[in-house]
Amino acid sequence: MNAARATALAAPAEQRWRGFALRGLKTAIAGVGVAICLWTLTLTRGGFMTTLVYSISISLMCWLFIDGARSLAVHRRPAAEPSHHAPRGRWPGWAWMVAIVGIGAVLGYAAGNEIANQLLGLNEPGPFNSSWRQTISLLVLALVPAMTITYFFQSREVISAQRAEVERAQRQAAEQQLMLLESQLEPHMLFNTLANLRALIGVDADRAQAMLDRLIAFLRASLAGSRERFHPLADEFSRLADYLALMQIRMGPRLQMRFELPPEVAAALVPPLLLQPLVENSIKHGLEPKVAGGRIEVVARREGDVLVISVRDDGIGPGPETPSGASFGLAHVRERLATLYGARASFAFEPAGGGEGTLASVRLPFTTETAKVAP
Amino acid sequence: MNPRALIAEDEPLLAASLATELKRTWPELAIVASVGNGESAVESALALSPEVAFFDIRMPGMSGLEAARALAEDWPEDGAPFPLIVFVTAYDQYALEAFDRAAFDYVLKPVQPARLAQTCERLRQALQVRGAEASGNGGELGRVVEQLRGLLGASALAMGVPPPSGQPLQVIQAGSGNAIHMVPIGDVLYFEAADKYVRVITAVREHLIRTALRELLPMLDASHFWQIHRGTVVRADAIGSVLRDEAGKVTLTLRGRPEKLVVSRLYTHLFKAM
Repeated sequence: MNAARATALAAPAEQRWRGFALRGLKTAIAGVGVAICLWTLTLTRGGFMTTLVYSISISLMCWLFIDGARSLAVHRRPAAEPSHHAPRGRWPGWAWMVAIVGIGAVLGYAAGNEIANQLLGLNEPGPFNSSWRQTISLLVLALVPAMTITYFFQSREVISAQRAEVERAQRQAAEQQLMLLESQLEPHMLFNTLANLRALIGVDADRAQAMLDRLIAFLRASLAGSRERFHPLADEFSRLADYLALMQIRMGPRLQMRFELPPEVAAALVPPLLLQPLVENSIKHGLEPKVAGGRIEVVARREGDVLVISVRDDGIGPGPETPSGASFGLAHVRERLATLYGARASFAFEPAGGGEGTLASVRLPFTTETAKVAP
Repeated sequence: MNPRALIAEDEPLLAASLATELKRTWPELAIVASVGNGESAVESALALSPEVAFFDIRMPGMSGLEAARALAEDWPEDGAPFPLIVFVTAYDQYALEAFDRAAFDYVLKPVQPARLAQTCERLRQALQVRGAEASGNGGELGRVVEQLRGLLGASALAMGVPPPSGQPLQVIQAGSGNAIHMVPIGDVLYFEAADKYVRVITAVREHLIRTALRELLPMLDASHFWQIHRGTVVRADAIGSVLRDEAGKVTLTLRGRPEKLVVSRLYTHLFKAM
């Protein structure tokens, strides 16, 4: 995620140069505008062409100094301040910017004036070789457009950077959702289940129908998982039972299961399908690869204000390639708890005590009213 | 004699359903065994030497591909002809690509009757050709060994083996009691699979690590460590000599160790005089 942010900030060099040149072009156009203003207000001696040359030359020089200095200032800063806050575009900060615009405008004015003098063979006095009154009035003339244009460019960049940030966040959320869905509706699981249903139809049509209902409930829950924010623990257990019943037609006697849902916690509210990745993990990495199969237990209990739910299996246990919590499903459970409950919830994943297998346990605030869970 | 078949499928309903479908499309075919994991598949196939075997790919313990490989390694040179193996899989895109390349036959789950009939027809023809060619094992086993070489290489991904990431392993960390022995990779003469463990053998002693050989393999530098058997990986420059007996069986002697290592027929092509 940080890597993505870093690449987003460090736009490719080619793109940076294009942006730079584009701002130069816009500055030249602004210079034409300034020349038209000055000439119509008859603030200058000389004809329109002369005014135009001076205006464009000075604005381009001002821009070159200001934008160049700003780019340099921005380029050197990220190392010192890795900003994780709102995007600031390419803005080095107000203190820097005022200094850059002030000095840049004076230098740009002097340089632009000199270039125009050389081009037209005239000898207009620049800021360093004329009376202070003239200098000040000319500086104001240069500074006002410089400030305005800088501000204009700056706000545009901030807006586009913010928009990019919002788009990135949305894309990331969608990708997360898709990854979760893909892990739940894994093709191997789906096709194997369908193959089993197909076989079951010939042998025991009634049981096949019951299983199909379970598959429908499982699919509906997976696809609509994010619609409601909380549902009762009893519903959560039903969804797990659907999934495990489907797994049981596949694994036969190799899969045994036990649910323990005391009546006092049946109405407790939990995020929908919170436990699904834990059960899937136990099946996929614990019991399915084990020749003898095994047992999975889902147990809920109340400890004061805390609801404790544990998923335990006696499968082959976390292998070296899936160190505790490294799998996507487990990371998702942890992230979801953190987002919804902050420090009030916790998640632990460890080798089950006594022999093989894993034990995943979730602790979250016990409540039966939606108003109390939603912060 | 009617052809006999073995089914290896861990999901009981699917095994029963495949047996039923086979009975319908190929009544002469006798299903002599139906087993639920790769290890039993190898055992039964060696014991019964069926003409045809249907192997599910994803099975607990040894996968269908690994079972086929073990069978090809252990099949007696002068015994019955090697079985024609058909793989059955729900969804394994990498494996499917590999099958297409290696021209193995495979069936997708849920098994479609029309597709199964096609497979049966192909099997029948192959068995007829084999009958006409008179008995003898060289042809089919040689062909299967060739195909498995391609298949095992191409399907490492399909078997859930993570692709090698970064630098090859430099040190083997072998635990014993409370201590961890750091064994430089250059000291290792060979690795040998032992159940879920791997024995790490150096010139002076051996260690046991809790990493399966197939997880260890991608972490080794393939130019220095050669797999010579499904359970053995040897450091190439530790090999002293290579001997081939009249039956074509290849064995290695090592520098610094007395034991001889057997090279499976899948890997004999690695050893040729320059």
